[in-house]
Amino acid sequence: MAGVEHKSHDMELHTEQLSGRTQQRFFSASEEENFTYPWANDVDFDKVADFDAVEMDPTDINLKIRELLEQGYGTITIKNPRAKHGVGVGVLNRANITFEGSLGYFGCGLIDGPNIRITGRVGWSCAENMMAGTVVIDNNAGSTFGAAIRGGDLVCRGDVGSRTGIDQKGGTIIVGGRTGAFSGFMMQRGRMVICGDAGKNLGDSMYDGTIYVGGEVEDLGVDCVPGEMTETDLKWLTAKLSMYDIAPACGVANMKKFVSGKQLWNYDNLEPSEKKLVL
Amino acid sequence: MCGIAGLIHRGKSSNVGSEMTSVLQSLKHRGPDSTGFALYGSPTENQYVMRFKVAEQEDMNRGFDIHQEVVARQEEVDKRLASLGVNVINKKEATAYSHRYTFGFGGDMKKLADYIEDIEGAEILSIGEGLELIKDLGDATVVSEQYSLAGFQGTHGIGHTRMATESDVDIRSAHPYWAYPFNDVSVVHNGQLTNYWTFRREMERLGHRFMSNCDSELIAVYIANRMDQGDDLEEAMTRSVEELDGVFTYLVATSDKLGMAKDVMAAKPMVLYESDDFVGLASEEVAIRSIFPNEIETFDPYEGEVRVWQA
Repeated sequence: MAGVEHKSHDMELHTEQLSGRTQQRFFSASEEENFTYPWANDVDFDKVADFDAVEMDPTDINLKIRELLEQGYGTITIKNPRAKHGVGVGVLNRANITFEGSLGYFGCGLIDGPNIRITGRVGWSCAENMMAGTVVIDNNAGSTFGAAIRGGDLVCRGDVGSRTGIDQKGGTIIVGGRTGAFSGFMMQRGRMVICGDAGKNLGDSMYDGTIYVGGEVEDLGVDCVPGEMTETDLKWLTAKLSMYDIAPACGVANMKKFVSGKQLWNYDNLEPSEKKLVL
Repeated sequence: MCGIAGLIHRGKSSNVGSEMTSVLQSLKHRGPDSTGFALYGSPTENQYVMRFKVAEQEDMNRGFDIHQEVVARQEEVDKRLASLGVNVINKKEATAYSHRYTFGFGGDMKKLADYIEDIEGAEILSIGEGLELIKDLGDATVVSEQYSLAGFQGTHGIGHTRMATESDVDIRSAHPYWAYPFNDVSVVHNGQLTNYWTFRREMERLGHRFMSNCDSELIAVYIANRMDQGDDLEEAMTRSVEELDGVFTYLVATSDKLGMAKDVMAAKPMVLYESDDFVGLASEEVAIRSIFPNEIETFDPYEGEVRVWQA
């Protein structure tokens, strides 16, 4: 874990201790740092494979990806996924995977390690429960984008639906466009960066974590409050967004920060009746 | 769960029967109990199409006399239409229990509907100049073949695959719903309305009838009532988003328009594809792609959003 802590210090993120597998980030497919799955396949990133998924069902697509990983292919392209559901799930391996087209619901969920690019759009619940790695979507995304992710970077260059990052437990979600209502609902850790506008009830009932917004916020949810943008925040935002060549129209310096007010009942021992008085 | 879909061709007709069959078959996994289509063909002036049934599908397997009974019920329909001065132009039996009539009529359509539905087992599925509403048990392919929808030419249509949750598996509870007694208005819905009874009682006080206990039927009646009060389609739908509680996404079609609305929490899915001459909407993108071989750009409408497109 030393390497991870070192990285956090490099980025001046001393205020948030980054530790454990859930906070690992694999910015480069060749980065081997702390990747310790004993059953992960030893892949060669120069070994390239592709296949056409137009006539395949989701199970066969996922089995084919696994088969190629077992054969040592580190760079895999899947053509014509045609918005099928549950594709690209459960990849617990470092690999470069590209989907040429769109994915349906629950695409790339439960992954730990791969660097995935989707050239089209994704449906609901993309990268749900992602542990580590990167998922970059060139187009738009549906609702519950990045639900309960624990780590890694989840990036959508376009607009996303509602409840983005619901139950987020770590990692980073970046939205190049706008996001819908209830984004950051019950967020627990990690960071969410929304370059465009945010719908109503942003950060509703969030326990912790940080949300940055470049555009207008329709309104804030319960216990979500404005936070103070620090130099550390600006450095981190600049570094992180530049990795994906994304920039908010307002400029990083003009983004707004939102955090948990930590007034909800789970942060102290107040009785519900007493809590009502606080809120 | 349920799946809903709609499509509209702008400025031209197409084989919407086949297109909707393909789209709805792709949504079969969202609801295998029943499938329904509301298809809008080319209207003929002063001529209406009436789709009605005189029994449920499952009734046909019960009792020794049901086959004679459905014949007698249809004869009673004919008799009552004649007594109202309806000029029946064409009759077609889609199934033993379901019929399609074309007719000319200049009288009160509500009175006609009430008089026909007074017959035991009779329910008017739709009346309209362009609308043809077909719904039955089974998936889209089964229903489409049963009712010969493959060659249906029209400008737009909506459809539904149903997973029964709050009411029975029967044609009565299947979608789409015709907005009784208003011509050419139909609705499909995915979700739950939590203030259903409040508005149902209000609509009943205004004289509207309900054939089922399905909350989706309320949306059809609500929209039709608002339009009867003077709202245009978009105004009626916008008001519905404010007044109807619950989680829902629904589609409405009229003789020349297709509309969609999402509740303020956007808790039910809808994917939208829009081009210069075509709009397609469905609960899942895979359904829209079933009629597009090439890559298309789609997106999710947002919470509380209402959109209406013209054919």
